[in-house]
Amino acid sequence: MADCVIQTIDLTKVYTMGIVEVHALCGVSFCINRGEVVSIMGPSGSGKSTLMNLLGCLDHPTSGEYILDGESVASMNDDQLAGIRNRKVGFVFQSFNLLPRASALANVELPLRYSGEKTNRLERARKALDSVGLSDRINHKPTELSGGQQQRVAIARALINDPAILMADEPTGNLDSKSGKEIMDLILSLNKESGTTIIVVTHDPNIAAQTQRVIRLIDGKLEQPE
Amino acid sequence: MNFTQSIVEALESLNANKLRSGLTILGIVIGVAAVVAMLGVGQGAQNTITNSISGIGSNLLFIFPGNMTEEVRNVQPLTINDVNALQDTLEAPSIAAVAPSISGSVTVTFGREKVTTTVEGITPDYALVRNYIVTEGEFINSEQQLGKASVALLGPDVAEKLFGRTDGIVGETVRIEGQPFRVTGILESKGGGSFGSQDNIVMVPITTAQARLIQRNRDRVDVIYISATSADAVNQASEEVAQILRNRHRTAIGADDFTIFSQQDFVSTAKTITGVFTIFLGGVAAISLLVGGIGIMNIMLVSVTERTREIGLRKALGARKKDILIQFLTESSLLSLFGGIIGIIFGWLIAFVIGKIAAANNTPFTPTIGIDAILLATIFSTAVGLFFGIYPANRAANLEPVEALRYE
Repeated sequence: MADCVIQTIDLTKVYTMGIVEVHALCGVSFCINRGEVVSIMGPSGSGKSTLMNLLGCLDHPTSGEYILDGESVASMNDDQLAGIRNRKVGFVFQSFNLLPRASALANVELPLRYSGEKTNRLERARKALDSVGLSDRINHKPTELSGGQQQRVAIARALINDPAILMADEPTGNLDSKSGKEIMDLILSLNKESGTTIIVVTHDPNIAAQTQRVIRLIDGKLEQPE
Repeated sequence: MNFTQSIVEALESLNANKLRSGLTILGIVIGVAAVVAMLGVGQGAQNTITNSISGIGSNLLFIFPGNMTEEVRNVQPLTINDVNALQDTLEAPSIAAVAPSISGSVTVTFGREKVTTTVEGITPDYALVRNYIVTEGEFINSEQQLGKASVALLGPDVAEKLFGRTDGIVGETVRIEGQPFRVTGILESKGGGSFGSQDNIVMVPITTAQARLIQRNRDRVDVIYISATSADAVNQASEEVAQILRNRHRTAIGADDFTIFSQQDFVSTAKTITGVFTIFLGGVAAISLLVGGIGIMNIMLVSVTERTREIGLRKALGARKKDILIQFLTESSLLSLFGGIIGIIFGWLIAFVIGKIAAANNTPFTPTIGIDAILLATIFSTAVGLFFGIYPANRAANLEPVEALRYE
């Protein structure tokens, strides 16, 4: 097997709503290689978001195994998961999710605060903003930035801790087509330049077409098991 | 997240909602100000009262008829004969002087001026025992006492009201309850005390008072003042007094039908009373602090709900439960700490103003705000913030990141 940064074995998630059990994911097994760009597609209700939450270590699977960058995270507790998210996962959300009152610099610095980084925080944040082409906007608040610029700040924030994977959830969903394309180009260039593993969750086939591989989900199962 | 960072972040967040933070603080400000002011005023009142009692003299004993702690049947009054017996230096070597007194309320007139005041029937020893000095004329002497002379000493307040001055009055004649009395002396001002002005008084020989002004059966007296030979002899003197009176009243077995108070007893009684008073007021004030704390909890809960997405994001970026908990606890503690500091300043101002008002009303006393009251208020208010912050902070810390991120 190649160098898997993500490996899931029989990953299952069951939500209990009252007395009804909803099987959001039913035994999903796949592998994502280091340095790969993968998109996850599927109609709504297919378990796409659930899979993303599990891969991003935001939630616990009901059963199954999930190995992220060599660490088995399926049975970790909340605080351990928080540490994993901090060090190994970078998130880019559809709605940017920046702190509205904090400057771009402070937003990018935020993960470093939680990783217990004591020195060089601002220096590293500045470099990260520089790498997404926003070095002249470091003291601007999110409200003073365009959508595309806000998403760049979010990408800089996601990369600050040099994560094993970058999870992008509909990264261009809230953007016009021009800045959407710019953001996609930026994300893909990250992969080319520094070999970051990238997982894009989307239902836009054009976006999916730009990735190396597409994982399709239907009713909580992989459409084409590998 | 280190300590300084959490404080800076909390300050930023509070600053973003100035009006709300201010209103929340207000509850704590009022509570702390009330606690500080009440403790300060209570402590000041206690100091003033105990000081004025201490000023009476440390050798002094008071004897009252009746027992104030137990019920006694057939209470015998204190009489002139008791006084005479106490003056026996063989039986009571620790007693330096004995001064009986009876008092009542009378109207004193001079020309058209009229004043209602307290008349005290006294003996010459009263000056020594109670430490009274005349600024003009002379104190009542034994001839005047034996002869039931119609002479009177005026307190400075009475002189001021009747004559408009406090000198050059000796020799004038005033009427007490319509009967003429020659003024033989003016008492030195003792200033206002906690029991009202000690200068609003008229003194006459006890014999005269019994015969003409105050109706009392069988030579009764109201109070007997005893001066012990020294401060150390007070307990001994008290013992001697008790022995003599028990013999005379034939109450050797069973409860005494008289009560002996020393100045120390008064001080401790006064301290007990003002202490209870202070605790009561402080308790009322503490309730408002509690209400302020509930206000903090309320606002923090609203804030947690409002910032659900932010909490979700922070968790996604790697914040642990502890980080979120500390963030919200810091906010609530800072709120109440600021409230506490402002409240201390306000409370001090209130106590200061109360002191000024008291001074303007002739009962000077200085509110005392000790470092203990300030520490108590600071610690208590921060504790209130922490305590009432725990629930909202815990709620924030336990939010599921997935749910919180999805929250609109």
